[in-house]
Amino acid sequence: MLLREVEYVRPSSLDEALRLLAADDGARPLAGGQTLLNVMKARAAAPDVLVDLNAIEELKGIDLAPNGTLTIGAMTTYTELLEAAETKARPILGEVAATIADVQVRNRGTIGGNVCSNDPTNHLPPLMVALGAEMVIAGADAERTVKAEDFFLGVYLTAAGPGEVLTKIRIPAGRSDGFAAVTIGADGTCIVNAAASLNGEARVAIGCVAAVPVLIRPGGRDADAVRDAVRGADLDPPSDVHASGEYRRHLAEVVAARAIEQASARS
Amino acid sequence: MEPQTSQTITVTVNGETYEREVEARRLLIHFIRDDLDLTGSHVGCDTGNCGACSVIYNGQLVKSCMLLAVQADGARIETVEGLAPEDGKLHALQQSFSDHHALQCGYCTPGMLMSAKALLDANPSASEEEIRKGLQGNICRCTGYWNIIDAVKAVAR
Repeated sequence: MLLREVEYVRPSSLDEALRLLAADDGARPLAGGQTLLNVMKARAAAPDVLVDLNAIEELKGIDLAPNGTLTIGAMTTYTELLEAAETKARPILGEVAATIADVQVRNRGTIGGNVCSNDPTNHLPPLMVALGAEMVIAGADAERTVKAEDFFLGVYLTAAGPGEVLTKIRIPAGRSDGFAAVTIGADGTCIVNAAASLNGEARVAIGCVAAVPVLIRPGGRDADAVRDAVRGADLDPPSDVHASGEYRRHLAEVVAARAIEQASARS
Repeated sequence: MEPQTSQTITVTVNGETYEREVEARRLLIHFIRDDLDLTGSHVGCDTGNCGACSVIYNGQLVKSCMLLAVQADGARIETVEGLAPEDGKLHALQQSFSDHHALQCGYCTPGMLMSAKALLDANPSASEEEIRKGLQGNICRCTGYWNIIDAVKAVAR
């Protein structure tokens, strides 16, 4: 398909990328492109300038600190997430990455692109919220850190605003995590998903039921307590061709309970 | 470096190096098919779902409808045209697809072959389950997949 005319540039440093993004209101970062290029084909997005982040080494790589904190470069692909030795410290990351789309998409799609596109059916926004991740955002003047639960602002909207770039994601140590989803076909688009983490407080984040992941802190760690907490959240999920809002509300309880069960089994 | 609507790129495809000027909005699949006249890779859905445009890009399987041609500057690409050796024989996967009747209309076959090649390059003894997972990004509307799995299994050691 022919895209609308666009300008392209591939800077080799973050500073250069930030300068290019600040120079034009219509400039947008291009990460893996597995969502952006398709929405450009559909004319649902029409950036004037694409600033390709693929040549910026400082946005790549995974670091595992002695205290177990993982720092993951925003341009880390799903394939790197599931193959890297470092991410075995938090096994849920690789397990979820392995269920995103297919080999081709996993080879190009990035963790940063997934969270910054914030499609409500994406896997990683609820996972980041449940794990208590911190998002590091670089702007023209300064760098700031935003908690994952404050990062997702609306459909396709995050705290990384115009002229800014998500550079890395920090994930604290822990192993007692779970993830469950009902999808359209194996490894397909999520109808409802949920991530759970039992490292310290119990955290469950539910995706596909609102514009941003819904964070729930259940009183107990058993399935009934989680189901009660999900019911108490008064979810009002959207209806579409795949599921009614009422069915999504039911599934939210089911996947939340499954995710917490998986996390409990790893405590 | 400043943004541009077109630029000259150098790409190595199946061992041959090409230098061409391309528009920034040109998808890699159209560059391969229309500019280089390598029409083995197909456009199926053009939305990243079907895998008919799959090529091996710097050693990794990708869907060439979800990359811009300008991104491929300096890249090494393998397409279905590069599979068979020059002595007129077929690549082992191509022969196996023929032997196992792993295609009917053949539209998905170039993408299937490249996905199977990428899988076996990385994992020569792939199990049936690994083959199924490895071909997950390629859709076939004729065969029901069984013969494709059999064909790849026969080449896996």
